[in-house]
Amino acid sequence: MLASIGVAEIDALFDEIPAHLKSGSLTALGAGLNEMQVARLMRDCAAQDTPLLNFIGAGAYEHHIPAAVWELTTRGEFYSAYTPYQAEASQGTLQVLYEYQTMMASLTGMDVSNASLYDGASGLAEAMLMAVRAHKTSRRILVPATVSPFYRSTAHSIVKLQDIELVEIPYDRTTGTVDMAALAQHAGSDFAALVIPQPNFFGALEDVDALTNWAHANGGLAIALVNPLSLALLKSAGTWGDCPHPTPLPGGEGTNEPLRGAKTFGADIAVGDGQPLGAPLSSGGPYFGFMCCKQALVRQMPGRIIGRTVDLDGKQGFTLTLQAREQHIRRAKATSNICSNQGLMVTAATIFMSLLGQDGLRRVAAASHQNAQRLAELASGIAGVSVAFNAPTFHETVLQLPKPAAEVLANMANTGILGGYDLSADYPELGNALLVCATETKTEEDLQQFVAALQAAIA
Amino acid sequence: MNIPSELKYTPSHEWIRVEADGSITIGITQHAQELLGDMVYVEAPAVGRSLNAGEECAVVESVKAAADVYAPVSGTVTAINSALDSSPEAINSAPYDAWIFKMQPADANAVNALLDAAAYQAVVDSEAH
Amino acid sequence: MLIFERSHPSRRNAAQAPHAMADVKSIPAALLRQDAPLLPEASEMDVVRHYTNLSQKNFSIDTHFYPLGSCTMKYNPRACNTLAMLPNFLARHPLAPAHTGQGVLACLYDLQEILKEVTGMAGVSLMPMAGAQGEFAGIAMIQAYHASRGDTARTEIIVPDAAHGTNPATAVMCGYKVREIPTNADGDVDLDALRAAVGPQTAGLMLTNPSTLGVFETHIEDIKHIIHNAGGLLYYDGANLNAILGKVKPGDMGFDVIHSNLHKTFATPHGGGGPGAGAVGVAARLLPFLPLPVVAKSPSSVALPSPTGRGVGGEGAGTESTAEYRYLTEADLPLSIGHLSAFTGNIGVLLRAYIYAKMLGADGMHRVAEFATLNANYLMAELQKVGYRIAFPQRRASHEFIVSCKPLKDATGISAMDVAKRLLDKGYHPPTTYFPMLVPECLLIEPTETESKETLDAFVAAMKEIWDEAHATPDLVKGAPYTMPVRRLDDVKAARELDLTWKVAQA
Repeated sequence: MLASIGVAEIDALFDEIPAHLKSGSLTALGAGLNEMQVARLMRDCAAQDTPLLNFIGAGAYEHHIPAAVWELTTRGEFYSAYTPYQAEASQGTLQVLYEYQTMMASLTGMDVSNASLYDGASGLAEAMLMAVRAHKTSRRILVPATVSPFYRSTAHSIVKLQDIELVEIPYDRTTGTVDMAALAQHAGSDFAALVIPQPNFFGALEDVDALTNWAHANGGLAIALVNPLSLALLKSAGTWGDCPHPTPLPGGEGTNEPLRGAKTFGADIAVGDGQPLGAPLSSGGPYFGFMCCKQALVRQMPGRIIGRTVDLDGKQGFTLTLQAREQHIRRAKATSNICSNQGLMVTAATIFMSLLGQDGLRRVAAASHQNAQRLAELASGIAGVSVAFNAPTFHETVLQLPKPAAEVLANMANTGILGGYDLSADYPELGNALLVCATETKTEEDLQQFVAALQAAIA
Repeated sequence: MNIPSELKYTPSHEWIRVEADGSITIGITQHAQELLGDMVYVEAPAVGRSLNAGEECAVVESVKAAADVYAPVSGTVTAINSALDSSPEAINSAPYDAWIFKMQPADANAVNALLDAAAYQAVVDSEAH
Repeated sequence: MLIFERSHPSRRNAAQAPHAMADVKSIPAALLRQDAPLLPEASEMDVVRHYTNLSQKNFSIDTHFYPLGSCTMKYNPRACNTLAMLPNFLARHPLAPAHTGQGVLACLYDLQEILKEVTGMAGVSLMPMAGAQGEFAGIAMIQAYHASRGDTARTEIIVPDAAHGTNPATAVMCGYKVREIPTNADGDVDLDALRAAVGPQTAGLMLTNPSTLGVFETHIEDIKHIIHNAGGLLYYDGANLNAILGKVKPGDMGFDVIHSNLHKTFATPHGGGGPGAGAVGVAARLLPFLPLPVVAKSPSSVALPSPTGRGVGGEGAGTESTAEYRYLTEADLPLSIGHLSAFTGNIGVLLRAYIYAKMLGADGMHRVAEFATLNANYLMAELQKVGYRIAFPQRRASHEFIVSCKPLKDATGISAMDVAKRLLDKGYHPPTTYFPMLVPECLLIEPTETESKETLDAFVAAMKEIWDEAHATPDLVKGAPYTMPVRRLDDVKAARELDLTWKVAQA
């Protein structure tokens, strides 16, 4: 090989690099491990991380993942393929993504879906940027305090550099949902969009119809921030509200005409984290962000989009489309800088949704809801413990405790239970408040064990 | 290269036709559509929008590219060609018929400063090198 | 056939859902869904067969040589996947207390240290979830650095015209104007243009080195001086780090901030479009701005106030004090650019990169760049012998190089796209086509270090066959591919008549 190139040694291939810049040995690295050695290392590490019985949700949810999901997803043909730029050699990935887009658009009740973003929080930031582009005149986004603090902080990190202002809307201390009176004070003010979480960070169900109508009546877009699993049960974002958007949504650069085939009600953008659809908890990732929107906004959407078309012989096929929005073509004027997304996670989600089907997904959502209801009922039977809010909930709820949550959680952890998420840092006004979650994975015995541990921790 | 002599041009490949009433009609040249390829979408400015000369106001999009269209002079948008919504390919087949938008110039004389056909031909020739 | 077309009304997998439909009457009817979502109704076997068959319509590293330039499609060792998916790693909740995650945190800490070593940077955050998010983090840190010094006049980021599209798109997302500078005939940055472009408005320069043209930027030290003398910072786009791994450290070249695409250089799979990981590294002056969280080991050189922030208990209550590894939060890094994900980025991807790095060790790291460069230069020499025009024949290839099909197209009418499609029939994934845009009719070819000489020789033979076909039977090449699940697709129809979701009415 060297002879073919015309050099005597490999080092000669690096002769354009200034000699004094070349690095010496990598002393800190050590010798390479063989597979047996690295397996031992990783098994030893994993062995330290024995999972406890988990009642934490707060944006990442434990669900049963059918064995077939990751068996199929890690097939080399999916696992080791690149982004499907060469459509003829990527029909497998492309069709999976088209099926995924169909499932997500239907779950959210929206017209179109992209092929994923990184996660729900960065996805919310992208939705805000998209809303500002579509709205054109305002750079303010109304964000209820019932939106996950993790999402608000991430969105702030991302959108602040474009001078977009996030305005916090307080919540009602009785219901744990958006304070409509406080929101009403923003009527007539300048804002591009209202974020509507469903369920919200407290697990509570917002009055999504009223919020969507309010946003539209006041000239803003409605961004639905949703748990996709909950949508098997809950009203889809595309059907929220019944108030037509006052000014026709911009289909293009200020087109002053009603949009072709566009819905006149419902949220304008639906976004969230797809983790409940087949992604393991994995200490935080990889998960995936999903984004769906109305047809009129499709050219404002970031990320890959797959379309169905035909080949030279008229045979059905799938290809990346609307690429003129993307960074590799539009560069500085792209809708986002996103390139790699979370393709493999979406493959898992598509297989997950296919295996569960509409009935299975509904059963999982309903069982999670029922377990959380039962948990709240059992917990509030303990003296000094009560449910903090009275709005209906999906599969999480806030418990008011007689002692600091951190203390209670530490005691529960000693008995092998992760008892929930301590809200005191993010919502100090709630005092000793604990966010707890129970999904379909919990049995009655698990719930009883939680309650016993909580009781002991408080005593 | 088809560069009609009765039209005015910009270095950014817009053509401009001055109408009898003093308004102007704007599209993109044959050269521009050839560079872009098969047109799939046209985003026109809002009617009534006031534009400064050189301001980005429309986008023409093909499968593999998207290009901004700039206001050739200052003025107000008076009409857009909604037929392009359903048949953007008209820009490929008849670029000088497939207008994108019309404007009322703020200053009627501003149009005179735009390129004539010969000057635009020179722009195209220079790009080839 | 789509999965929806395999659906059968009310067919379901009893094994994959709770047996009973639970009661939901505590949810007001007005909040409940009225219509059923369009999800498949299929048996487990239907689903397994459908997606197994679909997978077989893909080219992948495991099935084909995949010399996709700029993408570093090297073999992903299977152990990385198996060991990253150990059940305890998968089961851990992101908000579980640190003492329940000492194993995973130790791996992440060690990975930070490895990346510091191989990049020559002072600190690393693993949190960005892809290269483009790493770029965002890097440019946001540059912004925060200037802002922290009250230097608010710096409004421009300089980007060479050969850069990946993510560079200018990132600069704009961070609120900057982009100033593009040209490339000279040798493929290096045009230094005169750079000197003319810098000034008090310059926040920084984003540079890929080796560049997207597949050559090492020989004037890197001049570039560093020009940018630093103007008060700007130097950003290293690590897309091509594979070419110099173990040979040159970006930190030694004078870069202030870098990102590394772990899904390229560190062999984590690309999964048909992600997930990736875009770890960022910084020079000492940018340490305070690193994105959160960062893994710390106690006792740490970073001042550790009493633990606060995210977590679910244990903190301050006895358990945390015994934890050796923990995440740094806003309390530790108050000047941080903040969080870029809800939790902690793509941990599973990071574990794969860690396992790969541990398997390579120091010697392996050196071999990566050596063999990647050897393979690229060999392939370049052999393709030149076939007759293909090399874009920069006077230069060494880095880990990739560019062939321009312009002379071939002028002679035969066969374009880079035609060559690419014909390669599919020969059993090869095509190189990157039409990027970088500076070279007409280009193929960007990156063989990677994991391919053998036999594979490269077979690829050259296929390129020779195509060369001959282009001259003898050009229509044969123009009609390719013939052996794939579909022939060339109508992209214009796809964009004009958007069909992005399947609808029941189409059944």
